[in-house]
Amino acid sequence: MELLSGGEMVARALEDEGVEYIFGYPGGAVLHIYDALFKDCKVPHILVRHEQAATHAADGYTRATGKPGVVLVTSGPGATNAITGIATAYMDSIPMVVLSGQVQSHLIGEDAFQETDMVGISRPIVKHSFMVRRTEDLPAIIKKAFHIAASGRPGPVVIDIPKDLTRPEEKLEYNYPTTVKMRSYSPAQRGHTGQIKKAARLLLAAKRPVIYAGGGVVQGDGSALLTQLARRLNYPVTNTLMGLGAFPGTDSQFLGMLGMHGFYEANMAMHHSDCILAVGARFDDRVTNTVDKFCPGAKIIHIDVDPASISKTIMADIPIVGPVQSVLQELLLQVEALQEKDAGLPDQSSLDSWWQQIDAWRAAHGLFHARRYEKSDMIMPQQVIESLYRATGGEAYVTSDVGQHQMFAAQYYRFDKPRRWINSGGLGTMGFGLPAAMGAKLAFPDADVACVTGEGSIQMNIQELSTCNQYNLGVKIVNLRNNYLGMVKQWQDMQYEGRYAMSTYEDSLPDFVKLTESYGHIGMEVGSLSELDAAMEEAFAIKDKLVFLDIFVDPREHVYPMHVAPNGAMKDMWLSKNERT
Amino acid sequence: MRRIISMLMENEPGALSRVIGLFSQRGYNIETLNVAPTDDPTLSRLTLTTAGDDLRIEQLTKQLNKLVDVVKLADLTEGAHVERELMLIKVRAVGAARDEVKRTTDIFRGQVVDVGPTIYTIQLTGPSDKLDAFVAAMPEVDILEVVRSGVAGISRGEKVLSL
Repeated sequence: MELLSGGEMVARALEDEGVEYIFGYPGGAVLHIYDALFKDCKVPHILVRHEQAATHAADGYTRATGKPGVVLVTSGPGATNAITGIATAYMDSIPMVVLSGQVQSHLIGEDAFQETDMVGISRPIVKHSFMVRRTEDLPAIIKKAFHIAASGRPGPVVIDIPKDLTRPEEKLEYNYPTTVKMRSYSPAQRGHTGQIKKAARLLLAAKRPVIYAGGGVVQGDGSALLTQLARRLNYPVTNTLMGLGAFPGTDSQFLGMLGMHGFYEANMAMHHSDCILAVGARFDDRVTNTVDKFCPGAKIIHIDVDPASISKTIMADIPIVGPVQSVLQELLLQVEALQEKDAGLPDQSSLDSWWQQIDAWRAAHGLFHARRYEKSDMIMPQQVIESLYRATGGEAYVTSDVGQHQMFAAQYYRFDKPRRWINSGGLGTMGFGLPAAMGAKLAFPDADVACVTGEGSIQMNIQELSTCNQYNLGVKIVNLRNNYLGMVKQWQDMQYEGRYAMSTYEDSLPDFVKLTESYGHIGMEVGSLSELDAAMEEAFAIKDKLVFLDIFVDPREHVYPMHVAPNGAMKDMWLSKNERT
Repeated sequence: MRRIISMLMENEPGALSRVIGLFSQRGYNIETLNVAPTDDPTLSRLTLTTAGDDLRIEQLTKQLNKLVDVVKLADLTEGAHVERELMLIKVRAVGAARDEVKRTTDIFRGQVVDVGPTIYTIQLTGPSDKLDAFVAAMPEVDILEVVRSGVAGISRGEKVLSL
């Protein structure tokens, strides 16, 4: 029997859980834990420069690997700084365990120094949280936290630990549980067979089917099965912003992303479909446009591990609650069985004319066709992403911040594999990209990791350039520099007659090259199209250093297509500044 | 439509705030709320009334069921059920009103549980609308204080909400 202090229990439990990295920042309430980490813990700790970055880095690590990220912060401001990152993970269903220090038990409620009610503040943005009351409960609580974070619909779990419970003087028996049993928590393990049978029949009877796959397919490791099903049926597939990579982006069956800035052919196919197979997607308002006008002729099969995601905004005709992997496996078997009985399923002539229609949409307004401007040496933002795609062979882990650059990256980098596209979809958190890239790079040190960003977003966590220096993280920052808060400006152009309220920086931007160099990295400025590819290749050839590419792009460019809102349907889109459907 | 939602939840600190928080977080209203431990000290029974159409209530019950602290949940209004609320009401009882209050209390099968020279405190149990009717039946009476427990409810027949 081993006797450990609370601080040592935390360190040991993280080892026992197989944690690869702890992302954190020390402070008064967690000093006992840090001392235990220092003395004896095999799990390396990454010291960020701001707690928000710790959560995003853990999040980026998780999205790249599938393993829950771990964050360690102190009480008060340490905990509140982590909130944005926890909310980001919550919205995108990312498993994360956040350990926050708390003031000593006897001081709780007395407005003690650096006291914040972390469990209270984080309550609406966590899957669950624990306030530890007794040292001996620590191992079981940590085990439960990992279990809850990673199972069912994943999400962040907070463990708030009062300082006195971790003090080195009090040593207690340590046993890390091997299993978790909770009477009040049992996520679905498989879908309902009857429902899956019905779904298979409906799917095979469809004349204008679309498979609409979301982040749940990536998170639930269902990409291979989804691809198998789609290819077997030769059905068109569209991915959500969160689902990019769930189906290969270069596949001819792929319609591109759908939604507000989705591909024309994807949105048109959805609107005109008679059967939508939604997998691990949640009919977000950025997908559906006006709910009442959503896909009027479509029957909807909805597979999701979270029952509350089904029929929340759009009623499902066939709801199936279960993990995507097991449900897709069973659906494939049912489809195969039905096809064995009736080789005429699905009806090929209907499917052929559906594909002809889709190809016609693609030819008319597909993304990869016409340039919208006169030929010039000015770089279009889309060309930067295409250049990035070429320089990395389409194999990079691409993180992004939030704004126009995010949409250009989502549209133009064709992700063939899941977990390569890492962005804040639900919460839309500017400042996510750089720390998330750190997490991905730590997970895969030999892979290319690019952070596509803009001058607005990158400055929200620019301090992490220092962390990248400390741990020698050779991520590549691709800054689409247009000297505006681009997406805000786009909306102001479209809806506020070009009144740019607070969307410019009035020449106050730093010299990013010098700034990067001062942090010990390499900075490169790219101003013309003729230099672009060479600069991109040069940057990615430097494997062991961080390179900041400050790329000046045409500030006039908007992201298209764009849903017409309010009151538009999926099919209502702006295709350029003056063309709409 | 009015609904009575009843649940068993872990009798642990923070559990109640998660349930209540979900309502404000997702834009639902709680009209009445009643919570206390059960015969099993590790479980609390929470009963609340809210309003909403079928879709909204379905979404609400799904979200409540997702809370890790919620062990089991039922919408009592889906079937036959018994519901009761307790009211304590303190009224000014002087002059003619003193007899009037006593008579009305008897009609409603309430009890006077505290008497003072100028006040009566009356206890009344029943479905919420009966308590409303009692208050409405005394328009001339000076009501000093009203305390209501919120609805507690239970299914009729064999149906039980237990582990």
